[in-house]
Amino acid sequence: MLLTISLLLENKPGALMRVTGVLSQRGYNIESLTVARTLDPEVSRMTIMVDVDSALRQQVIKQINKPVNVLQATDLTDAPKVLRELVLVRVRTAMESRPAVLKEAEIFGGRVVDSSTEGFAIEVTGAPEKLQEFIDVMGSYGEIDVTRSGAVAITLDARKLKLQPPVPTRTGAKLEETVY
Amino acid sequence: MLVECLAKEGVDCMFGYPGGVTLPFYDVLYDCAIKHILVRHEENAAFAAEGYARATGKVGVCCATSGPGATNLTTGLVDALMDSIPIVAITGQVSTKLIGSDAFQEADTFGITRSATKHNYLVKSLADLPRIVHEAFYVASTGRPGPVLVDIAKDVFQGQGHYEPVSSIHLPGYKVFTEGHTGQIKRAAQLVQESASPLVYSGGGVIAAGASRELREFVELTDAPVVQTLMGLGALPSEHPNFISMPGMHGSYAANMALTGCDLLIALGVRFDDRVTGRLAAFAPHAKVIHVDIDPAEIGKNRAPDVPIVGDVKRVLGKLNKALSETRPVDEKLSSARRAWWHRIREWKAEYPFPAEVSDSEIKPQHLMREIDRLSAGHAIVTTDVGQHQMWAAQLIRFNEPRLWITSGGLGSMGFGLPSAIGAQMARPDKLVFSLVGDGGFQMSIPELSTIMVNRLPIKIVVMNNGHLGMVRQWQTLFFNDRLSSVELGCFPDVQKLAAAYGFQGASVEKPSELAGALERAVAEPGPYLLNVAVTPFESVYPMVPAGAAINEMVMGPPQPQAVVAK
Repeated sequence: MLLTISLLLENKPGALMRVTGVLSQRGYNIESLTVARTLDPEVSRMTIMVDVDSALRQQVIKQINKPVNVLQATDLTDAPKVLRELVLVRVRTAMESRPAVLKEAEIFGGRVVDSSTEGFAIEVTGAPEKLQEFIDVMGSYGEIDVTRSGAVAITLDARKLKLQPPVPTRTGAKLEETVY
Repeated sequence: MLVECLAKEGVDCMFGYPGGVTLPFYDVLYDCAIKHILVRHEENAAFAAEGYARATGKVGVCCATSGPGATNLTTGLVDALMDSIPIVAITGQVSTKLIGSDAFQEADTFGITRSATKHNYLVKSLADLPRIVHEAFYVASTGRPGPVLVDIAKDVFQGQGHYEPVSSIHLPGYKVFTEGHTGQIKRAAQLVQESASPLVYSGGGVIAAGASRELREFVELTDAPVVQTLMGLGALPSEHPNFISMPGMHGSYAANMALTGCDLLIALGVRFDDRVTGRLAAFAPHAKVIHVDIDPAEIGKNRAPDVPIVGDVKRVLGKLNKALSETRPVDEKLSSARRAWWHRIREWKAEYPFPAEVSDSEIKPQHLMREIDRLSAGHAIVTTDVGQHQMWAAQLIRFNEPRLWITSGGLGSMGFGLPSAIGAQMARPDKLVFSLVGDGGFQMSIPELSTIMVNRLPIKIVVMNNGHLGMVRQWQTLFFNDRLSSVELGCFPDVQKLAAAYGFQGASVEKPSELAGALERAVAEPGPYLLNVAVTPFESVYPMVPAGAAINEMVMGPPQPQAVVAK
């Protein structure tokens, strides 16, 4: 099943690799992944869509929570959320089709971001399935190039992030002796 | 500065191999009190650090240079990860301005060891070093212990700076659950009270948590029988009347039948490993499961528990014991059911004890284990490689204290026995240490004989020599029509000459009548001793649960002539 996982992680070198490593070492293929800083520049938000055997769903979330740099991983698959993706489509089309292309873009709530004699570049945001429809429609007008951003999601639940407080170091003290 | 950090963490001994980029570090080590053991291969530095950690519970430390030094450490890191052993590995990296340029002896250690460690660091600035080193020790030793690697660029090693004490560690995403959920502990106590045929399934987590005393209290409060996994041996003394034996692929008949027959499985610091459970669907099929583990990801990974408890086994058992001691004694009906349960277990034990074969003409491997057991009397440290000798040792040698049995469990690394004995003997100079190895694994670690000699470590190296890679041979015999492909080693050095070449005593023994005396001489020798024991070449380890079978479907002996398959 396709899982949507929302993840907060420390913005540190290698943190992304640790998360993708958890998935790749189990042979899961990532459908999409987006990552960017949050309001706190030391923390990044990641949205991952990954195809996972449904029996292993909980296990995957627990494993993704394990790396030290991961602050919180949440399974948003069935949770109340808004999920959006952005697509940029470059469509090369004949002159006579141009009005029709513009009309289609309007139906999908798209915005023309470039126009030339060869055609248009159009930007659309929406749910991934809707974008797929848009891409299919554009494909019928001519040759297209497509770049998708990958999904970003935000939960509609109010969830408080629980962070671990600092702990004192044991400097100066011997390590705890164990009982033999 | 690094040396100061290590000293602050209480490091008294480390294992390593120097190289180009770690030169500045070794220059400082020259003047300091930390003892550095120079091994002969970096993999063995990691194994020795593991031996040190396994024997004490303290963090073991190993060190290697960049490139090949770091890649050689990797097997030892994964070994520690699989068995949850706290070690910190320090590796050198090329200078920050050369990183990524394919510089001499450069490897992407940080990337390579991502999945080989619990956590790892690349240090590119001297200012970060103290914080990172203290974090490394903290992460390695807390929660579910494991290996942490700190990769340090050469210019950081070279940097001069004043060590400023680090007062606190802040890892906002690093969650350690120790206490256990009070409600779940109550439910667990209730299930224990109501169970007619309870069984404790105890593992390496009990040893890691130092929960031997709590386990013993629990067992004595409930009179529950106990099986201990390969990693858990010694947490409850082998001689304790409630200990059945090791379960699993080469576990005892009684242990596997008890797992299959119990109505409540109290799983403590275990991960329901495939070598224990056999076919998962048929594992403890009638049992409710209480699973206590410090790693939330282990709970429900292989078996969904009825009562999940995420916490430190020591704390959780302490609370559980308290709850149990406040409850009423069980009623007569239940207590007679429990007596019947014990009666069945005793019958299983009597029906098929581990085969204790002794022959007049040749030394049986089991005979060797019995003799080591006699000399150890449950109190010596025994380190092993992986394979047949490891299984016979686990079956037949008693361990009456935790941290005596040092073996590569999860990863199953050959060549582990000798270097881990170095670490264990360094950590416990007071202890008799047997390094019990096969002739295959021994030949992977022969170079370390010189490390043993240089440091005058009185390790008793016992080679169980069957001339083959015995466990692989056993599988070829059983499952590949006895077509023995690349398992006969063919050549083994003359042990007396080999030991003499390194400057210590050694002997070879072939006759059963001479075995006891030869082992006694080895133990009496004040220095290291190498004893080669020629055993029956084609002996196989039984009982055996074939891959994919349920654990009560054991093969009790060789296919011909007395194949016995238990019900």
